[in-house]
Amino acid sequence: MDPSDAFGATSRVPAADGEPLVVASGLVKRFGEFVAVDGVDFSIGRGESYGFLGPNGAGKTSTMRMIACMSPVSAGTLRVLGRDPDRDGPEIRSRIGVVPQEDTLDLELTVLDNLLVYGRYFDLPRRVIRERAEELLDFVQLTERARDRVESLSGGMKRRLTIARSLVSDPELLILDEPTTGLDPQARHLLWDRLYRLRRRGVTLVITTHYMDEAEQLCERLAVMDRGRFAAEGAPRDLIAKYSTREVVELRFGATEPAGVAAALEGLAQRREVLPDRVLLYSDDGDATLGEVHRLGLTPESTLVRRSSLEDVFLHLTGRTLVE
Amino acid sequence: MTATVTTPLRITPLSILGSRRALRLIERNIYVYRRSWIIFVSGFFEPFFYLLSIGVGLNKLVGALHIGNRLVAYTAYVAPGLLASSAMNGALFDATFNMFFRLKIAKTYDAILSTPLGPNDVALGELGWSLIRGSTYSGVFIVVMALFGYVLSPWAILCLPAAVLIGFAFAGVGLAATSFMRTWQDFDKVSLAIIPMFLFSATFYPLSVYPGWLQLVVRATPLYQAVALERGLDAGALSASLVGHAAYLAVLGLAGLVVTSRRLARLLLP
Repeated sequence: MDPSDAFGATSRVPAADGEPLVVASGLVKRFGEFVAVDGVDFSIGRGESYGFLGPNGAGKTSTMRMIACMSPVSAGTLRVLGRDPDRDGPEIRSRIGVVPQEDTLDLELTVLDNLLVYGRYFDLPRRVIRERAEELLDFVQLTERARDRVESLSGGMKRRLTIARSLVSDPELLILDEPTTGLDPQARHLLWDRLYRLRRRGVTLVITTHYMDEAEQLCERLAVMDRGRFAAEGAPRDLIAKYSTREVVELRFGATEPAGVAAALEGLAQRREVLPDRVLLYSDDGDATLGEVHRLGLTPESTLVRRSSLEDVFLHLTGRTLVE
Repeated sequence: MTATVTTPLRITPLSILGSRRALRLIERNIYVYRRSWIIFVSGFFEPFFYLLSIGVGLNKLVGALHIGNRLVAYTAYVAPGLLASSAMNGALFDATFNMFFRLKIAKTYDAILSTPLGPNDVALGELGWSLIRGSTYSGVFIVVMALFGYVLSPWAILCLPAAVLIGFAFAGVGLAATSFMRTWQDFDKVSLAIIPMFLFSATFYPLSVYPGWLQLVVRATPLYQAVALERGLDAGALSASLVGHAAYLAVLGLAGLVVTSRRLARLLLP
């Protein structure tokens, strides 16, 4: 599968038919005094791929853990597969797959046994698990490592095995918490390809990430989270249209401080952002804006006209300050 | 935002005993030991070596001792004590070191709790596995005792269920204690509790060697209760106090199990 196909598909209209798989209203998660999730509302349809995007500590993982019935809801309501996680946790968990942020593969077992044992937690017959395990190892390209211990696998292989493991129970809903963090580009693309195939098979995906390219590749709809709340929600393309302009002009002025020329650039574009090393002009027609910059007699050392990206939206909504 | 009371997921007193899902965790452990059976087998030797060195070696020097009203050879006196301590050690090894590895290092339980299994299933499953492992060792040890002629009465048939009960008590306490541990260094505290208990809980000599106040202290230890139970059953010296020992161990195990499931829920399902 060419990754660009996956990208093209992100513009598809979100599948809204049928009853939603996950519905949250006024959802809150508190840890003592700390409020990790501060009253969010969302609804995820069957077959949809939905992403939670946000800086560290925005509340993405807390939200995911509540959906996975691994963390009690502090307030508000949550329904997963039409059921209440507080009451029907085991039933809900039997129908979802979870890929946690940290690898939690069973280090005391081999690659194949990891799948066989995990399937048994779902009470599946051994014969069924064995068949699925073979298919899944093939799907994640680990057939040759079936008899090896988990420790001997590379980071990317462990991640792939974790995804295979989450699929042993043939889940309707797959929850992935930062699935590609820490992987090299080859491993990431292989994973994206596998996730894209799952989506095509109709598996509903819920993903957290802080990689914009991942969100654009995998998610039909996104929630941008910041400090426990939703800063925005929508399809990636719509978010760009709503919170950014079509294009961005980046200007670098070499020795001159950007702040010095910033005043002259006021009003040239819909929005102007002055950074320590460059000035960003948000405009629907980048070339025209650049032309005006030149007409003002300004000579930037380097210029770049590019399409607006999700990253522009993200930084606009969540700010450039480092949150720790 | 209105403050609502958070109901802890999946922990009710009734659910603690009696989920079939706990069997899946036992199955997992069988998979693990299938590939490292030599570690499993090595557990048979420790009590056997003790029996040879202390029992047989000291037998000639010490002579006979009383169990109840019965006079028995020293080795026959020590054997049920070693049975009790091996039931303890067998249960504790899985319940402490292995549980800590799975809980803190390998994050095995994090993965398991994203499946239909809950913390009570994990606690019960680990406890069940410790019992299976510990009882296997105890069973073999009882056979060895019988072969050497240290089984003194038909009541000794109850030594095996008693060993299971001892395993239950110590596995429960071990799991509960492990759920509070932060680093491997904390296990020194386990050794600090186990070794004196092993040496001084009337395993190797009668309680009567101690002054009165110290007898009370020793009586309070779980291993003393375990040794007294096994020794009484082995010799057929039945008395009401045996029921008391059994009750003590059962309560200890149950309390450990309840604490363990609650701690696991707290640690793993915040």
